[in-house]
Formats: sequence, structure tokens, C-alpha cells
Amino acid sequence: MNFNDDHYALFELRRSFQLDVSLLDRRYREIQAQVHPDKFAQAGDADRRLSLQWATRVNEAYQTLKKPLSRAQYLLRLAGQEVGAENNTAMPEDFLMEQMEWREAVAEARLGREQGELEHLHLRLKQQMTDRYEQLAVLLDDRHDYPAAADLVRRLMFLEKLLFEIDEAMAALEA
Amino acid sequence: MALLQIAEPGESAAPHQHKLAVGIDLGTTNSLVATVRSGLSVVISDELGRPLLPSVVRYHPDGSSEVGYEAQANQALDPRNVIASVKRFMGRGLNDIAHRESMPYDFVDAPGMVRLRTVAGVKSPVEVSADILRALRLRAEAALGGQLVGAVITVPAYFDDAQRQATKDAARLAGLPVLRLLNEPTAAAIAYGLDNAAEGVYAVYDLGGGTFDISILNLSRGVFEVMATGGDSALGGDDFDQRIFCWIIEAAKLKPLSIEDARLLLTRAREAKEYLTPHGVAPISARLNSGEVVDLKLTTEIFTEISQTLVAKTIQPVKKALRDAGLSVSDIKGVVMVGGATRMPQVQRAVGEFFRQVPLNNLDPDKVVALGAATQANLLAGNRAAGDDWLLLDVIPLSLGLETMGGLVEKIIPRNSTIPVARAQEFTTFRDGQTALAVHVVQGERELITDCRSLARFELRGIPPMVAGAARIRVRFQVDADGLLAVSASELTSGVEASITVKPAYGLSDDEIAGMLKDSMTHTRDDALRRALKEAQVEAQRLIEAVVSAMKSDGDLLSEEQRVKLESCIARLQTTALGDNRRHITLAMDDLEAETKDFAARRMNRSIHNAFAGRSINDLEGGQDSSKSLGEPA
Repeated sequence: MNFNDDHYALFELRRSFQLDVSLLDRRYREIQAQVHPDKFAQAGDADRRLSLQWATRVNEAYQTLKKPLSRAQYLLRLAGQEVGAENNTAMPEDFLMEQMEWREAVAEARLGREQGELEHLHLRLKQQMTDRYEQLAVLLDDRHDYPAAADLVRRLMFLEKLLFEIDEAMAALEA
Repeated sequence: MALLQIAEPGESAAPHQHKLAVGIDLGTTNSLVATVRSGLSVVISDELGRPLLPSVVRYHPDGSSEVGYEAQANQALDPRNVIASVKRFMGRGLNDIAHRESMPYDFVDAPGMVRLRTVAGVKSPVEVSADILRALRLRAEAALGGQLVGAVITVPAYFDDAQRQATKDAARLAGLPVLRLLNEPTAAAIAYGLDNAAEGVYAVYDLGGGTFDISILNLSRGVFEVMATGGDSALGGDDFDQRIFCWIIEAAKLKPLSIEDARLLLTRAREAKEYLTPHGVAPISARLNSGEVVDLKLTTEIFTEISQTLVAKTIQPVKKALRDAGLSVSDIKGVVMVGGATRMPQVQRAVGEFFRQVPLNNLDPDKVVALGAATQANLLAGNRAAGDDWLLLDVIPLSLGLETMGGLVEKIIPRNSTIPVARAQEFTTFRDGQTALAVHVVQGERELITDCRSLARFELRGIPPMVAGAARIRVRFQVDADGLLAVSASELTSGVEASITVKPAYGLSDDEIAGMLKDSMTHTRDDALRRALKEAQVEAQRLIEAVVSAMKSDGDLLSEEQRVKLESCIARLQTTALGDNRRHITLAMDDLEAETKDFAARRMNRSIHNAFAGRSINDLEGGQDSSKSLGEPA
């Protein structure tokens, strides 16, 4: 195992989108237990610096693999497939229309202070996202169709952002 | 065989020689120091058997100071020179301080952090805190009979970078090596979790004298993982005193108060609050210098009513932390109550109602943080055997970011990220031919720069002139295990670099610290130089022991030549450490450090490898056959 290994190699996991999250949790804790700065509080500067670098590296790898969207983005990067989130914002019109409708519904619920409606939107969106993540698993793990996966990842980025906004709106109403 | 003898001291010393380490709860109202004795965490009391040290410092015209009960007793007598609740001023500017007008202090505005004018001169909150820490250090050294290898010092989880840095500086000023800054609720969770062999998700509700924290932790098989934290670093028991104080003025229809009278009434307010909890009604009487007489009765009902908004104010961060952790009330297995202010029945009731369960009060809320800190200090000092330890995964409480064009904030590291953490982001220039770039580091959750706390500003100069948008400036944030931030920036096409440990923002430069160190030494009885030498000798011994033990366990990673080199460096350090030249000791330590760099890297690789050793092939490929599962979408 080396510092520059990819995240999957670091945790000795097979490189795939579908992953046993509890196994990832366990591996993460095992490695962190070896490298964490708390293990080196009494060590020399060189050890302390290395431990900081390693613990940082392990946290980054864990956070990337833990969440499905960042895991998919990472897999695409390993496959040499550009997601092109920054310069490829041109999405199909029907998708954009759908997004507009979602946003209007969220705005309406927020202004009307309809907590129940926001919760409903949250659940509906979550279901849609679950379906898309399942499609993504097929594209990445079975078909290895990276351009199609990148397209789906771009859509999911929109949906994750939307979900975040719904949650924020719910939080604001609660306060 | 000279070389063999050199290795012997490390060997002949008892293999698990107990190192003296302490945990310190540097509180707003009271401070404590605790240590682990025969496997048990205990608070170290003063010679009169009192466990608490009031966080109150009195300054005298001759420059000397006294800390604790004596200082506290003179608060009303000498309000300007008796500094209480100084924690509220740590890392804070004049304008950040609430209720300034009702405080008796002579504030001095200074860049970054406020100062206080006393008869002993202008004092920074860092110096006042250092006086408290020094008193605790001396207490511990007297009780334990030796020099400390270090201390774990607790800070509110919601402390920002400036407040943490100020705390670390205070420790340095007090001659205390800091093993770690530890978040108060996390320290409490360690004490509680280890005592009760707790497993599951717990909330720690920590209402101290001046700060409020809520942390949600997952405790499982030797891992304490903070899932989210939140709070208010300017809300605590003091504010409840303040409410009673205002009620007294109103109820007794008092005229504007002198600072002595104000101090007296604040003290009466605090006493009434403490008396009220067990008694249900508290008499308040005072004869003021103005001639007015106060004679009132505070009941639980009145107190509950006048403090209602304060209690409600603590519930908002609780909700936010739960949301950040992705949990709801029903996921919380227990709520641990920490901090003296949680004794108030209205607080107990509100927390119980919110979490729909009776809060846990089985550990003394005044002591639990110090006890947990001592336990962690004992671990960090290396007094526990491998396998008989635990892993602590903590988070940063507030997002860290940069100011971008238009006064907006670009978040680089989001709040509740597990530390240590690093994140880099690329920025570019705004104008054609722009050769310098201002980097403004901020902390907070809001979109606008004016709503966030400014941590540091620095400049990256020498960027080759290019058209706007062509330069690629990479800014890297690194937060260490103490929660402290370092920022570096480099221009990728030319390699121009600049870096900064976020520090000068609150106005204490290294020179100032050095100056304060010198000042404080002239006023303390310990022999500063002798102490510094002794510290270097202890450090040298620590390093030698670390290297010798590493060579013992992983010596096979060294070539014969490397081994001989290391041994000669150790020998040299050992000899210099016997002498009294501090600089020579430091140099010899640097040599040994440099020589071990490679070795350290190889050992680290091995220990990570070992994390997976002894596992079957089947297990290693475990991900494949186990049930397919997708993580929760964020």
C-alpha cells in the first residue's frame, strides 16, 4: 500500500460503483487507527508530519468513496472520462424543463410555508435519485459505458443540489 | 560495544514508565486539571482540597497576579483589576463582545483581539488565560512531583480558528506543552463512553459558563466518531446571571449603577442562580454603595420566565446538528449533560422534552470534561498499551473559505468535515497583467464576507503578467488534528508560492508572544531559563526513546549503514542532553530528526500494511460477494 495508490487500493476494495459501505467503514477505521496523529503525539517531527499527511489522505479517500455521487465522479476520473461539469452545462431541454418545474414547486412550498409539501417533494426526489443511482450502477459496473454514466452523473449533480435546497428550505421553516 | 550501551537507557527504563500528563478544562467560570492515577481519571485539588479553580485573575500594581478564589473574593472590591470570564474575550475583537457596557473592565481596542487595561499594564486575554493555566500547571506539578510531558486542553467545539489559536498560545505562554486541543463535548463523551461501555449514537449537550456546544457522536468498538457539532460560542451560564441582574435592577427600581455596585449585583445574581436549583426560591439582598438596598425573592417560576429565550436559543443548534448528522431525535440513544449550567431545572426539562428522554446526569457536569481530557492525555502520552486504546475522529465546527470577487465567500472545507482534512481549489486573476493576488481566509456559514469571521489575509506576489483568467492559482487549506488551519497558495504555471499558518489575524505576532513570555517570566517564581533547558532535555529524551523503540520494532527496515548513522546521532544527542546548552540540544535533535525521516516513512507504510495483515483472501475481496448496497445519497 502506498501513499499514491488510488482510493480503492488504499482500502483494498474492488474498483466498482456498488460497494459494501460497512466494509468501507471498517477498513477506514482500521487504517485511521494506524496513521492518526493521536498515535504520534509523542513522536518526532518527521513521524508527526507523515501521520498528518496520511490521516488527511485517508479521510479524503473515505469521504470520496462514501457518497455515491463523488464515488461515481471518482470512478469516471479513474476511467479517464471527463464529467465536464464546469464546461458542459448544456443539458437536454426536457431535463431542464423538468428542473424548472421542480424548482417552482419547491419555491411555492417554501413561500407558502408548507412543511408537509416540502417533505413530500423530498421523498419523491429521493425516490427518483435512488432509481438513477441504480441505473448508474449498471452503466458503470456492468456495461462500462462511461460517456452515458458521465451524462447521468451530470443530471444527478442537479438533483443532489435540488435535494440540498429542499432540505435547507425545510430547515428554515423549522427555525 | 559503546553503541549497545547507548541503546540501553531506553531499554533499562521501565518499559511502560508512566509519563506525567494532564487534562485541563479551561472554563469560562471555573477551570480544572485532572490526571490518570493507577488507571483512574481524577481531578487534582488544591491544598485545601478544592477541585475547581475559579477562572478569575487579579492583577496588582507590582505586576504580580493571583488566580482563583482569592481573586474572586475581591471582585467587587477591585473590579477593574479582577478579570473574570476572560474566555469570552479569547480571539475576539472589541465589537464582538456582548454586554460590554455592563462589564467593569477598561477595554482597549486592538487589531484582532481586545485587550484589558489593568494596574499591571495592558493584558491580552491570552496572557490572562496563561496565568490561569500556569496556576493549574503548578498545582499539577506539585501534586504529581515532576515535570509534565504535556497537557490536553479542552476548547468549546464551536470555537473558531482564532479562539483555538489563542488557547494554544496561552498554553505556550504558561509553559505547557500541548498534546492536543480537544473539543469539550468530545472529552465528555470519552469519559462517559469509557465509564459506561456505551455503544450507539449519543448527543452531548454542554452548557458551560460562557459557551454552548452540542455534539452528536457515534460510539462503537473503540471509536469515538463525531458526526456533527454545533453551538454558540457566546452563550452560557453567564447570560443567565445577566438576566437575573437585569431583573434585579428592574424589580428594585435601581438608579444607574457604579461599576462596584454592578459587580456586586452580578455576584448576587450568580449566587441566587446556584441557590435556586436545590431550594426553589432564592433571597437576594444587598446594600449598595449608592445607599440603595436590594431585598428581593427570586422564584423558579420567575427565573424560568426571564431565561426562557436563552434556553430556546440552545435548541436551534441542536436541531441543526441533528440535521447535519442526517439523524432524527429517535436515533439518539442517550443525551449526556455537561457543564454547571445544565443543573438548572428549566434546562434539564427543555432538553428532556426535545429529545423525549431523561438526560444522563450520572457524571459530575463540572468535572466530566477535565476527566475525559485527562484520559485522552494519558493515551496521547503513550501510557496505554496498543490494543487497549481508542480512536477519536473529530470534526471542524465551521466552514472555512476564501473571499472571492464581489465580497462573496467560496467555501473550501465544509463544516463537520472529519479532521485532519485538506482541500485545494484553483482560482484565477481578475485583471489583465495582474501580478499579485490577495488571499482572504474566512470562517463561517454565510454567503457574504461581512457575515463571516476574518481569519487571515495574505498576498501571493510575483505572478507573471498574463491575461485575466489565465493564471492558475491553487489555494490549499490544511486543518490539523487540533482543528487549526494552515493555508498555502501557489501559481501553477510559474511555481510562485506563499503560505501562512493562520495566525496573525487576531493580532498576536510571534514577536509579541516572545515579549509576553519574557514579561511573564520576570513575574513568576520559576526559573525560566532552567525550565527551558529542562524542557529541551525532556524533549530530547522523548525523541531518543521514540527512535530506540522504533529501531527495536522495525529495525529490519534499516540498512546497516543507516542503523550506524542513527545510533551515532542518538549518541550525540544523549551526550548533549546531559550538558546545559539548550541550543546544542536542539541542533542535535534536528540532526536525529532529519536522519529518521526515511525510516519514518517506511515504518508508516508497514503499519498501514499491518492493518490488513492476517486477513484471509476471501475477506480481502469481501466487497464482491456481500449484498449489493448503495450508500445514502447525500
